[in-house]
Amino acid sequence: MVTDILFYVFAIATLVFGALVVANPFSRNPVTSAMFLVLTIISMAGLFVLLHAFFLAAVQVLVYAGAVMVLFLFVIMLLDLKEEEQRKIKKTGLVAGLVSVGAIVAIFIRSLLASEPSRGLGDPQLEGSTFALGKLLFTDYLLPFEIVSLLLLVAMVGVILLSKKDLK
Amino acid sequence: MIDWFNNLGANTQFALFTAVKAVGAFAVLMTMVAYVVLVERRVCAFIQGRLGPNRAGPFGLLQPAADAVKAFFKEEVVPAHVRKVFYILAPAIALIPAILNLAVIPFGSTLGNPDNKMVLADLNVGILYVFGIVSLGVYSIVLAGYAANSKYPFLGGIRSSAQMISYEIAMGMSVIPIFLLVGDLNLSRIIEFQIGTVAWLPAWLPLPNWLVFQTPMTFLAFCIFLAAAFAETNRTPFDLPEAEQELAGGYNIEYSSIKFALFFMGEYAAMIIASCIMVTLFFGGWTLPWLGLDQPATTLIGGVLHIGIFLGKVFLFLLLFVWVRWMWPRFRYDQLMNLGWLRFIPLALANIVVTAVWLWWQAN
Repeated sequence: MVTDILFYVFAIATLVFGALVVANPFSRNPVTSAMFLVLTIISMAGLFVLLHAFFLAAVQVLVYAGAVMVLFLFVIMLLDLKEEEQRKIKKTGLVAGLVSVGAIVAIFIRSLLASEPSRGLGDPQLEGSTFALGKLLFTDYLLPFEIVSLLLLVAMVGVILLSKKDLK
Repeated sequence: MIDWFNNLGANTQFALFTAVKAVGAFAVLMTMVAYVVLVERRVCAFIQGRLGPNRAGPFGLLQPAADAVKAFFKEEVVPAHVRKVFYILAPAIALIPAILNLAVIPFGSTLGNPDNKMVLADLNVGILYVFGIVSLGVYSIVLAGYAANSKYPFLGGIRSSAQMISYEIAMGMSVIPIFLLVGDLNLSRIIEFQIGTVAWLPAWLPLPNWLVFQTPMTFLAFCIFLAAAFAETNRTPFDLPEAEQELAGGYNIEYSSIKFALFFMGEYAAMIIASCIMVTLFFGGWTLPWLGLDQPATTLIGGVLHIGIFLGKVFLFLLLFVWVRWMWPRFRYDQLMNLGWLRFIPLALANIVVTAVWLWWQAN
């Protein structure tokens, strides 16, 4: 009962804040958008908690809201915001955005129709335990895990290469 | 009274207990914030050969009340050039992380009833929750710097976001050896791991089995964590965001009256929470290894005693925070970044590897 109400609260909050990130009728300030993205992330963490994925929720807040978004804000503050606020919306950008959103919605609706909502999800197997999660990551999902870490390594090497002034 | 309570369902009793605990913990936190300010001013005065505020009440004990009244009744000036929404939001956010973190800290064992632990939410991912919430604390300073729309606050905000992100990494990595040893992220389990006296000393030398004393690796972890805690709470020697001499106060210049006081309270609340976490992770939480004080209490007096032990340890850490502030000069900004990225993070990484190898060697 309480869980249901909380689900709707967090789901609506996620959607509303997410919409306000890209289309805020009151302000075109990028800092406002970034702060709404933080709120979106936190409401999503709330949804993870309702799914008993406590680890995922904590990491979501820690990594996205706590680190990534702070870096976003850091960069936005160093931009020229006046110019940014006056920028016109381009037609090609608008069309591309609508098409991609439409495509995602279509996929979503198709998979929703194909699934059986009455069956439910069954009991969660992990219960937010970091032990079980770590075990899965290092046995069944070792290859994807290693590939992702390699991707991060490539990104790091790239950043160091780009920020070095003289390559010798 | 008791009959009425016993007639309630188990869930209602639990909810009622939790509510009472939450209100109690919040009240204690706020009282401590007020009195740590007084302690800071008195200790600072003694260090500088002065007396400090001693007029309001005996030993100046009513000074926090006087300060609060002053903060509320001062004229509030909102400069015309600020960004209003963020300007109002920033001081409110300053206090929120500390209050949220209070929820997972085990501040005592029980009050006699073993089902009712003295912690608001005994989360399995306790310490990750703490780090997640702590990492949100930076928003108040960044937004304050941005909202003020003038140079010095802005510089303070930029400095602080870079500093807090850098030291969060060192802080997060420094505690990984603890979890390798304990094998759990739950803060109550970590306290259970620290009962008794250390194994590497003869029995007649009863040094507590706290994680800080257990191995050299955990001692190193504590040192890194302590330094990172100073940086995360913006305290001297890492108080670059509000360096008075160069930034005229930094992010809080444009604030007055209670809004300024909220930033102030936020800093002290963050200090108290950092002390609570250090006590829990490294100094045995509410336990003392002597006289059986490391077992959950079975009586009301024992429970209160445990809460007292916890608060006493926290108070010692707060004294350390205050003492360091008035004894140490401030780091230069490049020194701060070098220390974080080139010293602490590699050291913390090496510490993780050494601990893992040591555990593997022990297991064989």
